[in-house]
Amino acid sequence: MTTHQLSFTVNGTSYERSVPAQRLLIDLLRDELGLTGTKEGCSIGICGACSVLVDGELLSACLLPAVFVDGKAVTTIEGLAEPDGELSPLQDAFIRHGGFQCGICTPGQIIAATALLDEVQLPTQDDIKSWMKGNLCRCTGYYKIIESIEAAAEVQAREASVS
Amino acid sequence: MRTFDYKPAGSVAEAIGLLQEHGSDAHLLAGGTALILMMKQELVQPEVLIGIRDIEELRGIRELPDGAIEIGALTTHRQAEHSPIVQRHAPALAEAFGHVATVRIRNQATLGGNIAHADPAQDPPAMLMALGASALVTGPDGDRSIPFDELFLDYYETALADEEVLRSVRVPAMPAGSRARYVKFLPRTQDDYATVAVAAWMQLTDDGVCSDLRLALGAAAPTPVRAVAVEEALRGQRLTDALIEDAAELVRDEVDPIDDVRGSADYKREMARVWVGRMLHDLLDEGAAARGAA
Repeated sequence: MTTHQLSFTVNGTSYERSVPAQRLLIDLLRDELGLTGTKEGCSIGICGACSVLVDGELLSACLLPAVFVDGKAVTTIEGLAEPDGELSPLQDAFIRHGGFQCGICTPGQIIAATALLDEVQLPTQDDIKSWMKGNLCRCTGYYKIIESIEAAAEVQAREASVS
Repeated sequence: MRTFDYKPAGSVAEAIGLLQEHGSDAHLLAGGTALILMMKQELVQPEVLIGIRDIEELRGIRELPDGAIEIGALTTHRQAEHSPIVQRHAPALAEAFGHVATVRIRNQATLGGNIAHADPAQDPPAMLMALGASALVTGPDGDRSIPFDELFLDYYETALADEEVLRSVRVPAMPAGSRARYVKFLPRTQDDYATVAVAAWMQLTDDGVCSDLRLALGAAAPTPVRAVAVEEALRGQRLTDALIEDAAELVRDEVDPIDDVRGSADYKREMARVWVGRMLHDLLDEGAAARGAA
């Protein structure tokens, strides 16, 4: 079993860690860094609960060897709000529009939607459905999730046009 | 997941050296979506994973002087899906990449990994087979090219030797009057594997004769398969609705599906017939429209 010296950031904080080859990003985040906002659902890359951004790209932490994040910037749900606690437009919209029920899928939903809005400023409902099909909600609150994303997209687009 | 050694390689030569050193205990690791999943389920338990994701010579998508394109093995599904070169060369191929799983998986999974994994239900292999693609591989004795028709041997088994590395996929030039399409029949959910998938490439002459075609099916046999009997029935013919319906019947005997949650083998045979028929009608209509517009 080889061990690997990694240097990476999570939500802007730098970390140096030595990990065994089989360590997955989900376990590094939750067990070693205490960032338990990222959830593990299916463990096989289907449900989307473990969605994270690595250098801005949406990935499954449950399938990602930790060695792959060496030199990279990881963003988790804990990193979306402003340092003063102000929520991101998506986080705020999920609350206002009831975009969650039990909440277990919510960090993954919001991270996935964050990646969508980074790429498409004002997605159509079809864009949202197609992008978000990789994030399952077993409470089946899908309409409210779509509504939340549409609302956040409008807020962000408005903010972008003002600034 | 069992413990293992991770050994990153900086070049194809170094990866081949590591494969020679560790033999069948070693697997190549690119994106990891398929391999890590199988290791978690303990279906494969390699002692050594050879990391190839930092090998620059396996990256990139380029146009070749003869009109073909070459897609590097480390190209992610999402890069291929959005590549202007792939979209211009064969929109149906870009579409097939876009049908794989979800954005998250397409960001991580590579073309080379997809092919080496040899899952018969994957989308790109059938489309690449229909386009007449070949895989360029390098081993201890040098390079060789394997046509997609000879690449897949069985479930999760390819013609690559243990010490060979898949470098790239070459998709030949699209001759005038040729077009390709991909259809994935998904009666359950949008992120599912296909119940059956049909990939087709067809060349029509100016007067509507099918001068050549290749049809390949995914999720319908232990490997992606060519529907050779259907092709032979139509090659050189002026296509009519009746001819297409008769030819589509022949696909039933070319596929070898299994009973599973996506349907019985009989149902899948019937769906193969239905979707091959629709595919051929659509290609014919599209060809006619293109000629009308020209």
